[in-house]
Amino acid sequence: MINRREFCKKAIMVAGGVVLPLTALEIFNPKRLRAERDGKGKVRWVFLVDIHKCVGCGFCVKACKIENEVPYDANVTRTWVERYVVTKDGQTCIDSPKGARDGFTTQKIDQAHHGMKEINPEEIAKAFFVPKLCNQCDNPACVQVCPVGATYQTEDGIVLVDRSWCIGCGYCVMGCPYGVRFFHPVYHVAEKCNFCYHRISKGMKTACVNACPFGARQIGNIRDPEDPVTKIITSEQVNVLKEEFGTKPQVFYLGLSREVK
Amino acid sequence: MVHGEAWTLKEFFVYPNEYIYWSIQIVMYPFMTGLVAGAFVLSSLYHVFGVKQLKEIARFALVFSLALLPVAMMPLMLHLQQPQRGIYVMMTPHFTSAIAAFGIVFTTYAMIVLSEIWFVYRQFIVQTILELRAKQRRSTIESVQLALYSILAMRAMDLSPEALHKDERAVGILAAIGIPVACFLHGYAGFIFGSVKANALWMTPLMPVIFICSAVVSGVALCIATYIVTMELRKLIYAWKRKNDPRLPSTDELKSAEIITVTMTSKYLLMFMVLAITLEMLDLIFRNYTAVKSWDILRSVIYEKDFFKIFILQYGLGNVLPFILFLLPGLTIRRALIGSLLVLMGVFMMRWNVVIGGQAFSASFSGFMEYQMPIWPSSIELFKEGLFGALTVITTPFVLFYLVTRVLPVFGVKDSH
Amino acid sequence: MKNHVWRPLYIVLAIVGGILLVRTVLVPNDFGVYERGYMYGWHRKSNEAEWKTVRVKYKTAKVCVECHIDKYNDIKNSGHAAISCENCHGPGYDHPKDPVGLNIDRSRDLCIRCHSFMPYKGNVRGKIPGINPEKHYPQAQCVMCHIPHNPKPMNQKREVKS
Repeated sequence: MINRREFCKKAIMVAGGVVLPLTALEIFNPKRLRAERDGKGKVRWVFLVDIHKCVGCGFCVKACKIENEVPYDANVTRTWVERYVVTKDGQTCIDSPKGARDGFTTQKIDQAHHGMKEINPEEIAKAFFVPKLCNQCDNPACVQVCPVGATYQTEDGIVLVDRSWCIGCGYCVMGCPYGVRFFHPVYHVAEKCNFCYHRISKGMKTACVNACPFGARQIGNIRDPEDPVTKIITSEQVNVLKEEFGTKPQVFYLGLSREVK
Repeated sequence: MVHGEAWTLKEFFVYPNEYIYWSIQIVMYPFMTGLVAGAFVLSSLYHVFGVKQLKEIARFALVFSLALLPVAMMPLMLHLQQPQRGIYVMMTPHFTSAIAAFGIVFTTYAMIVLSEIWFVYRQFIVQTILELRAKQRRSTIESVQLALYSILAMRAMDLSPEALHKDERAVGILAAIGIPVACFLHGYAGFIFGSVKANALWMTPLMPVIFICSAVVSGVALCIATYIVTMELRKLIYAWKRKNDPRLPSTDELKSAEIITVTMTSKYLLMFMVLAITLEMLDLIFRNYTAVKSWDILRSVIYEKDFFKIFILQYGLGNVLPFILFLLPGLTIRRALIGSLLVLMGVFMMRWNVVIGGQAFSASFSGFMEYQMPIWPSSIELFKEGLFGALTVITTPFVLFYLVTRVLPVFGVKDSH
Repeated sequence: MKNHVWRPLYIVLAIVGGILLVRTVLVPNDFGVYERGYMYGWHRKSNEAEWKTVRVKYKTAKVCVECHIDKYNDIKNSGHAAISCENCHGPGYDHPKDPVGLNIDRSRDLCIRCHSFMPYKGNVRGKIPGINPEKHYPQAQCVMCHIPHNPKPMNQKREVKS
C-alpha cells in the first residue's frame, strides 16, 4: 500500500512531467511551422529610387518625421538624403546635415566635427543626391539577430518592430549594414522605416513618395507584373546597396554611382 | 539628445543614425563574463586534472566565480533601454541570435557553479550545523546562522566516508561539465561580435576563440591577484592573532605555501596568454595581407587613432611586459601581483579595442566616431553608460565575495578535497 | 532516490519548471512562428495589425483639390506644380474639422531647400534657379517679393508695387 507522502510525491512528478513539455511546445508549434512553408503572398513591397531626379530638397525627410512621429528635433530619422560631391582630383565629399531634414542649404560640405568644407565650383566633376531608407531585405540581418523576436518580417516583406516587446539591446542596430536603425528617443526601443505600413496597407503611398516633387521615390509591388515600379526594375539597369552582404535588399536604385557608400 | 549622442563625436561622413550605441557597459560585460569563465576554469584545473598545487586557489577561484555571476548580469541591465523586459530573452528566445543563448547558457552555468559549491562545502555546512546544534545557548547571530546553514544543507546530513566520496565525485563531474559550459559562456559572447557581418572589425571566425582564450587569461590573472592580496591580509591578521594562539601558521609558513601556488598558477596564465596573443596577431596579419574594402578605414583606426590603446596599452603593457615579468627567474609575490594587474588591464583594453574600436569608424567607411566616455553622472543615462556605472560593476564582485565568504569561508576549511 | 547527490538537480528542475510556467503567463498567446519562418517570422502576430492603425497625417494633394481648386489652378501650370500642397502647408490631418486651418509657412528655410543654388552640372539641382541665401536679402522672407503659387515671372509683387 502506498503511503500518502509517496503518493503526493509521485503525483506531483507526473503532473509536472506532463505539463512541462506542453508549456515548452509553444516555442515550436508544428502546425504553424507547416503553414509558413505554403502560401506565397500576392504582395511584396519594393522601392525604387531614381538618383537622377533627386535634388536634395529634403521634403521626404520632413514628411516622414511628421507622419511617423519621430521627434522633429532629434538627430535620428527613418529616411535621409546624402549628398556626394566628386571633385576632379577624384576626391569624394559626402554629407547629410541632419539627414537633410531641412534640405541642403549651403554649398559647403558638413564634415561634423571637422567643420564645413568649401569646394571650388570649378573643381566639381559631378554631384548628386542619394535618398536612403530601410531596404526591407529578403534576408534581413537585423531580424536574424533579435534575441527576443521583437523585430520580424511580415508576409508582404515589411520588417516591423514590436514596441511592446523590444528590450532595447541594440543588436539589430549594430546588425544592419545600412545604418537605417536607431533607438526611438521617446519609446526607447528600436525604430526604423517601415514603408509607412499604415499607409500602404490602405492603398496610399508612403509619406516620402507622396512628398517628393521630383518623382525620385516610388513604391511598388514586385508580385504585380503590371506595376510601373516592377516594370522598371525588371527591364532597366538598376542596382542595390551593399549587395555583398547577402541581405537581398529590396530598394532598387537607378543611377547608383560607384562612390555611393 | 538621442541615445549615444552625448558620448559620440562624429568626423567626416557618418550615417545620420549612427552613434556609439554599445559603449562602456558592453565593454564591461565580456570582461566580467571572462573573469567568471576564467576563474571557473582555474578551479577546474584542480578538481578535474588534479593539479595538487592549485588546491588552495581552486576553492578561492570557485567562490570568486560565484561572486562574479550576478555581476555578469549588471552591465546588461544597465545597458538595456528596457531592462525590465530583460526576462523576455528567456521567455521568447530567438535562437538565431547569439544573445538568445544568454538565457540558457547563463542559467546552466549558474546551476553548475552553485551545485559544485554545494558539494564542495557540504561537509563544512553539516559540521557547522552540528557544532551550532550542540551549543546550549545560541546568540541571535548563531541562530540565524543555524537556520541559514540548515536550509543550505537541504537535509543531506550524511558525513560518512561513502557520502563524502560521492561529494568528491560529483564535484569532479560538475567541474568537467562546467569547463565546456564556461567556454560556451564566453565563446558565445565572442560569437555575438564575430557574427556581425555589418561590422568590418568584428566580423571574423576567430572572434569566439580569441574571446575564450583572453577570458581564461583574465580569470586566472584575477585569481592570482586577489589570492595574493587576500594572503597578505591573512598574514597581517594571523601575525596579530598569533600573540594569543601560537598554534596558528606563521608568516613564513604562509609565505612558502603562497609562492608555490602563485608560481604554478602563473605557468597556466602564460600558456593561455601565448594562445590569446597568437590568435590576435593572426587576425591582424590576415587583415593586413588581404586588404579588403574595409582595410583602408580599419588601418586608420588600428594604426593611427587607436595606436596607443592597441599597441602600447593592450599589447605592450598588457601582454609583453607581464610576459617578461613572469618569465624572469626568481618570481616574487610582488612581481606576480604587478604582472597579474597588468594582464587584467590588457584584457580590459582588448575588450575596449574590440567593442569601441569596432564603432570608431562609420559603416560608410568614410567617417569616424570618437567615444567620449561620460565621466560625471549628471543624468541617469550618463551614470548607467559612464564611468560611475563601470565602477559600480567592477567593485560589486569584491563586495559580494566578502559577503559570500562570511557564509562559505575560503581559508582553513575542512572540505571534501 | 535516497542518494543526496541528486538534490541540487531537483532544485534545478524546479527552477526550469518555474520558468516554463511563467512563460505561459507572460508570453502573449499569438506569439509564434509565422509566414517567414522561425528566423524571420518569430513574433507576436497582433503587432502587425497595431502598426496598421497608426494615424494617417498626410492626406495627399488630391484631397486638397476637392475644396481648394482655385489654388490648384494657380499652381498647376507653374514650376511648382509637382510640389504637394502639404509639403509647404503641413499635413492635412482631419482638416477642415481638425485642424480648422493649416499653417501657411512663410519662412526662408522652406524655399532655400530647393532654391539655395548649387552649381552641380549634370544634376537637376544645378538647373533649379537659385540664390546664395547668405547674400540675397538674408533678412527678408522670400514671399515678400515672390509668389509661391505662381513663381514666374519673378518679383511679381515688386513689379505690382512699382
